[in-house]
Amino acid sequence: MPRIVADWLADHVDLPGGLTTEQLAADLVRVGLEEEEIHPAAVSGPLVVGRVLELTGEPQKNGKTINWCRVDVGPEHNDDDGARGIVCGAHNFGVGDLVVVSLPGTVLPGGFEIAARKTYGHVSDGMICSTKELGLGEDHDGILVLTDAGHDEEALTPGQDAIALLGLGDEVLEINVTPDRGYAFSYRGVAREYAHSTGAAFTDRGLPDALPTSPPAATEDGFAVVVDDGAPIDGRVGCDRFVTRVVRGIDPAAPTPAWMRRRLEGSGMRSISLTVDVTNYVMLDLGQPLHAYDLTQVAEPIVVRRATPSERLTTLDDVDRALDAEDLLITDSPDGARGARVLGLAGVMGGASSEVSGTTTDVLIEAAHFDQVTVARTARRHKLPSEAAKRFERGVDPHLPAVAAQRVVDLLVELAGGTADPAVGDVDTTTPPRPILLDVTLPTRTAGVDYTRDQVVAILDQIGCAVVDGSGDRLEVTPPTWRPDLTEPATLVEEVVRIAGYDQIPSLLPAAPGGRGLTAEQRLRRSVARALADAGLVEVLTYPFIGEPDLDALDLPADDPRRAALRLVNPLAEDRPLLRTNLLVTLLEAARRNVSRGLDDVSVFEIGLVSRPTPGSPAAPQLPVGVRPSAEQLDALAAATPSQPRRVAGVLAGHAVPTGWWGEGRPVDWADAVEAARLVAQVVGVDVVVSADPDHQPWHPGRCARIGLPDGTLVGHAGELHPKVVERLGLPARASAFELDLSALAAAASGAPVVASSVSAFPAAKEDFAFVVDAEVPAQDVHAAIVAGAGELLEDVRLFDVFTGEQVGAGKKSLAYSLRLRAVDRTLSADDVRSVRDGVVAATAERVGAVLRG
Amino acid sequence: MSAPEPLPDPLDVAALDTAVEAALADIAAAPDLDALKAVRTRHTGDRSTLALANRAIGALPGPDKSAAGKNVGPRRGRLNQALSARQVELEAERDARVLADEAVDVTLPTDRAPRGARHPIESIQERIADFFVGLGWEIADGPEVETEWFNFDALNFGPDHPARQMQDTFYVAGTEVLDGAPDQDPPNLVLRTHTSPVQARSLLERGVPLYIACPGKTFRTDALDATHTPVFHQVEGLAVDKGLTMANLVGTLDAFARAMFGPEARTRLRPSFFPFTEPSAEMDLWFPQKKGGPGWIEWGGCGMVHPNVLRATGVDPEEYSGFAFGMGIERTLMLRHSIADMHDMVEGDVRFSTQFGTEI
Repeated sequence: MPRIVADWLADHVDLPGGLTTEQLAADLVRVGLEEEEIHPAAVSGPLVVGRVLELTGEPQKNGKTINWCRVDVGPEHNDDDGARGIVCGAHNFGVGDLVVVSLPGTVLPGGFEIAARKTYGHVSDGMICSTKELGLGEDHDGILVLTDAGHDEEALTPGQDAIALLGLGDEVLEINVTPDRGYAFSYRGVAREYAHSTGAAFTDRGLPDALPTSPPAATEDGFAVVVDDGAPIDGRVGCDRFVTRVVRGIDPAAPTPAWMRRRLEGSGMRSISLTVDVTNYVMLDLGQPLHAYDLTQVAEPIVVRRATPSERLTTLDDVDRALDAEDLLITDSPDGARGARVLGLAGVMGGASSEVSGTTTDVLIEAAHFDQVTVARTARRHKLPSEAAKRFERGVDPHLPAVAAQRVVDLLVELAGGTADPAVGDVDTTTPPRPILLDVTLPTRTAGVDYTRDQVVAILDQIGCAVVDGSGDRLEVTPPTWRPDLTEPATLVEEVVRIAGYDQIPSLLPAAPGGRGLTAEQRLRRSVARALADAGLVEVLTYPFIGEPDLDALDLPADDPRRAALRLVNPLAEDRPLLRTNLLVTLLEAARRNVSRGLDDVSVFEIGLVSRPTPGSPAAPQLPVGVRPSAEQLDALAAATPSQPRRVAGVLAGHAVPTGWWGEGRPVDWADAVEAARLVAQVVGVDVVVSADPDHQPWHPGRCARIGLPDGTLVGHAGELHPKVVERLGLPARASAFELDLSALAAAASGAPVVASSVSAFPAAKEDFAFVVDAEVPAQDVHAAIVAGAGELLEDVRLFDVFTGEQVGAGKKSLAYSLRLRAVDRTLSADDVRSVRDGVVAATAERVGAVLRG
Repeated sequence: MSAPEPLPDPLDVAALDTAVEAALADIAAAPDLDALKAVRTRHTGDRSTLALANRAIGALPGPDKSAAGKNVGPRRGRLNQALSARQVELEAERDARVLADEAVDVTLPTDRAPRGARHPIESIQERIADFFVGLGWEIADGPEVETEWFNFDALNFGPDHPARQMQDTFYVAGTEVLDGAPDQDPPNLVLRTHTSPVQARSLLERGVPLYIACPGKTFRTDALDATHTPVFHQVEGLAVDKGLTMANLVGTLDAFARAMFGPEARTRLRPSFFPFTEPSAEMDLWFPQKKGGPGWIEWGGCGMVHPNVLRATGVDPEEYSGFAFGMGIERTLMLRHSIADMHDMVEGDVRFSTQFGTEI
């Protein structure tokens, strides 16, 4: 994101003296340019200009030769004998050169602190700095010789502060530019926004009349350019402006002047060569990406066209790239072969072959305007978020190319001794921005702030719009060319509200018409969570990302539907590319983590969505923005959205009741899990049928309950986990778990109000029974038989003892029940009770083969 | 066995008094209920002086009977009264002793039933929902695996919109198949990057006027560190009605901030950009408890619903306007409860949830 060097900004807008970086950040954030970071000064301490007075080569035992130098660092810093002694290992400088010396106490980039030190038999009282050490480039061998780097010898004195000279003491504000503000990727744009925020005087240097000489019109003999876009995206031609200029006879060795280097580097851009630096400088200044070609390497005409499928290009970053038919290319025509050679990816990055080099004397300058979408797709496809692409994909002012090219020409003439060629190329098929009809009351109606008509017009004028006052409340507003984001009234409203200030908006709570409260499902979800927490379980949240090994750890069979998971294209962890199809798979890991942290008794639960896709589902349709989909399209969207039931799962391990002064604790067992599952169903208000399920991983085959609705629909499982799974996961023995489909349970809840029965005040009768049944008979069946046999006088039935042993015989068990009987209209007679008793005995005998124990 | 004693003379007042005195002394001296029972037998039983004297009355001549009755009756009455009184006294003493003996150390730990807890991310979402329900809004949910259209296009993020690239989106490749060829077509599904698709879903399903809040889980490809998590939560607010303004947005945000952070809280807006709002704003919260002194901190994004979002959901932007806002639940929770590290919220360590209990 852009970095702002204050004195460069001041070229465009008046800045008050003593403006701090913090204040600049505050002024810019007010209009929406947020501070990303304030970069501190790169260097602090005594960094000064020095002149090398003496230089003695001293060969060392290790084969190296070091230079023992006497350097004049100014009267303030020199020793009594008028210089300082410094050891230096580099050799690209000599006596008389002006260099940069970091004296003891200087802190260089990276926090490197300079101190006097003894080395090679001398006390080195400072350091002669290289470009790299100063953070100004990658060239480590080279001592920075100031005159070679474009500094004027006349302006340099030993002892002079080099921090200011090189711009290393500037604190730099980096701002964040939102995608609608492409123009703020330039000093021109940021200065305009600063002016909007503060009212400071702004000079638009992007307008032709801001130049000393207006850019010339295109000439017949301008460098030929043909735009031949055979496949415009969404009907927009990929290039609607292409300005070419030629500068001949530049000095390839001319250095980039120090002020330009300082500004570029402060703005976060490395200095490369004068020609490249000039194009970058103008791009940062105005926002127009530019490209400089070696004129001798480009054959007329330049053809701007889409790539053909097999084409390749080696870009400036030395990467050989396969091109896509959608990529827009800059090509030229060697030997008359029109558009045969690829020079670069339009608006993204140039190619290596035509780049300006150390011998280039004649330069062809490209200042073009490319389609936002074309550039965005190419930059994305080739992962090349270049400075040019960042600007083009957000939108560049199509009126800038001629102005920016002229600036480049002027700078090359001035700094590199070139001559501007009178031939000018300009292919221009740009269309002017369309006017927008704005109801002048819309800003007021949108913001709730009373803006006057004059205020609205003034603000729109200030941001560069041409406003024609129409009849009534109508304004005809033509946005400026640098604001392609202004496309409809709402966008103009934002400008009015923003420039007038968001702080003007009052605070007014709206009165909603009144809603229906939480939905039944939302209320049930809360009640279930609260009930589980009250039952001693702790709610946790887990990530939904899993890998196949996680499913393997549960011993799920190969054809288990829980293996049909959604796969992510770009998972965070390569070993967890799938989305969970059940909660337990991730909840068990949370339980394990707790156990591994020494929490042996752990009862956790989670409520969350799982995805249960149907393999072979249709893809979701891709539909446009701003248009309501048809009923069929909405159905297609729904059909493509995978089923995502909300589930509740729990893992219980260790002790249900801890051991304490009251005695031995009670370890968790299968019944705790089934009880939790029943609790959930009870809270939801749904009757469930519990039955044995001997074949459902990861549960124990003999201790797994299938939880179903009365109509047989499966809603989940509960019980003890399979011992192998428990061992594999490192959980305490007998760890138990449940998982229920909360969406299915909630859907099964009738939601109808409970119809209350009156409470009988007549006395109750109690009757106990002990039955002997086959060991395989489920208690639930005996219970059902008792209920059926007892009839309507039965108020409550409770199983109070289960007994196996010699007394009841092998393969048998004894179940003891206590029944409470009561009539709604009378005291029960002995006959009533006898009749119930007979009914129970008969029903249990008939249904489950029960024998009443004597 | 000694010879039977002669019956006491009921007219011998002195002898009767001696017996009464002796009895009263014994009653008073009875140390417990068992001793009192023995005393009762001794002094009022069949063989006691007074009982025998009483029996002797019958044998007296008429005139003496009356005098003897007046001698014996009241004295027996006195004894019985004394016995009853002593009985009550001793019973009270016994009861007090039993209770004293039953005393326990009430400071013993009583954590026989381990306490459970809610995850604070869930509790705070419920609290947020309660705030909005209190305003008369409704709470809406939506899927976490979402179609690209709802996650982006319906919200005015076109396929080439730069903001669509900035969302760090998890894309879905397809369904793992158990056998046979894998799915070929990209399913055009993502893990929702924000709760905003629920805006579009609610507008389509419920129509206008609409006042909804949508708390829920969201996903972005940020690696887990102290302040980021790839799975996080947001709450989205959306109001669409006739005549709604940014002032209503500010009013709602201020009220919400006060509900979450106390009466001193307030918000401020800064211009920003979101594809689905115009005008758009970043929202800062005045946070008195900020480290290093009270100040503004970023809390969320907001704005007036973009006309294209209304159009995409069949609402006429000429007739209706609306505002929307969204903020991170984790951030809200971290600020409100001084939580320093995101890891604590996502690792599922029960010690984290347990601190919060079941209410927040």
